[in-house]
Amino acid sequence: MRLIPKEVESLWTLFTAPTIWAVHFLVCYVGAAVFCAKRNALGLDFITVRSGIGIVTVIALLAILGSGWLAWRQWGFGTHEPPHDEPSHHDRNRFQGFATLLLCALSFVAVIFTAMPAAIITECNP
Amino acid sequence: MSIGVASDARGRRERRPLKQLFLIAFAVLLSGCAGVQSALDPAGTEAEAVATLFWVMVAGGTLIWIAVMGGFYYATRIKREPHSERAAGRLILWGGAVFPVVVLTLLLAYGLSLMPKLRPWTAVAEEPALRIEVTGEQFWWRVTYHRAGEDPVVAANEIRLPVGERVVFTLKSADVVHSFWIPSLGGKMDMIPGRDNTLTLEATRTGIYRSPCAEFCGSSHALMVFSTVVMEPDAFDDWLAREARPSPGAKADGLDAFLRNGCQACHAITGTEANGVIGPDLSHVGSRDTLGAGILQNEIDSYVALIRRPDVIKPGIRMPGFHGLPDEEIETIARYLKGLE
Ligand code: HEC
Ligand SMILES: [Cu+2]
Repeated sequence: MRLIPKEVESLWTLFTAPTIWAVHFLVCYVGAAVFCAKRNALGLDFITVRSGIGIVTVIALLAILGSGWLAWRQWGFGTHEPPHDEPSHHDRNRFQGFATLLLCALSFVAVIFTAMPAAIITECNP
Repeated sequence: MSIGVASDARGRRERRPLKQLFLIAFAVLLSGCAGVQSALDPAGTEAEAVATLFWVMVAGGTLIWIAVMGGFYYATRIKREPHSERAAGRLILWGGAVFPVVVLTLLLAYGLSLMPKLRPWTAVAEEPALRIEVTGEQFWWRVTYHRAGEDPVVAANEIRLPVGERVVFTLKSADVVHSFWIPSLGGKMDMIPGRDNTLTLEATRTGIYRSPCAEFCGSSHALMVFSTVVMEPDAFDDWLAREARPSPGAKADGLDAFLRNGCQACHAITGTEANGVIGPDLSHVGSRDTLGAGILQNEIDSYVALIRRPDVIKPGIRMPGFHGLPDEEIETIARYLKGLE
């Protein structure tokens, strides 16, 4: 049995990368807010938040890359140029692959933008 | 005849009024580039960073505008035939995806790199040498100077700062949302009921700057202003020491009239029994730059007008009018207050 099926006939794969982006965003912002609200009780340094954000960012980026690779495969590794607008199974599949690939690229950049403040901010705002 | 086109006796058409209108509009715009209330004429570290950011954005926006217009010219005048699909695809990839991503990344990095300068949170961590608490109230500003180990000094509608020193502000509101903004010194920050917001500013040039309330807060929002006086550190220390003591004029004639008419229910004057806290502290009102939260000149006539009909000067003001009092009584009080230096 293959770990990853050769073909996925589902619309859900389209949303994988944006979902990762959304979850990453919430983890970063909610995590930092909770840390700063509870910092006295926690007794940890702010570097915990920054490295935590770094780790979830790497995980999110790898997951998006994985999703992007699957999308690329679904698109046929670029062997077919868009537009894929024939009413056929083949074109529907290629179209979805291409759209997923573009969403992966967008989410990849968005995740990096979300994490960038952690490179600058060194402390909770008083 | 259309607007802005005048014709002389021989029917020759001139466009003079329109041109004048442009000149006037241009002059009005230019006047925003300097003066006591301009973010483009910085007198503080934060304002300098903001002004630089502004000019970087203007230059970048201009370049992009020229590039788009150039592309437009090229497509409509020079190469007036369809482009190949490959070329269009390349344009979309580079112009529509790669270029914006690179530009946005650079802008975000630049903006974030300004953060330590604009919001120096580390400077706030320890109790600073000077912390100024400013509370927005409809339609004036309560100001309290806190120095480590000394009694707080209460004032109103004017803020004084030592040049070259970082000052921490605690911003509060007593009623609705106001916004604190000294354009010449730095960016703005909202004053939110139930919250203490922290802002720090460092003035780099002495002078008097003007600050309007920057968040609509009611009928006299536009009449809610304060002045910021940036002084040499020595002069500032002297001033603050004087501000902490009663004014030499505190016991002068006219105090009786002030107390007799109930002003002390809302106003305090150090060194007297007037200790109301509803309205602005008047201990040294006579030496302030302006009167009535930045809207009147600090002279006897302004006091008279304000005491007589405050609601005419400031709609919605939380001070009753005293137009029922005899003119001499009002003038006595006005003279007394002007003498509180
Ligand atoms: C009910 C409270 C109340 C009473 C009584 C009152 N005032 Fe006021 N007064 C205020 C408030 C509030 C302000 C601030 C108004 C504003 O600018 O929005 C003010 C502002 C002023 C100002 C301008 C202060 C400044 O910082 O520029 C003067 C001067 C003044 N009052 C004088 C008087 C005198 C004199 C009397 C008595 C005859 C008097 N007030 C009675 C509430 C009061
Ligand atoms: Cu206001």
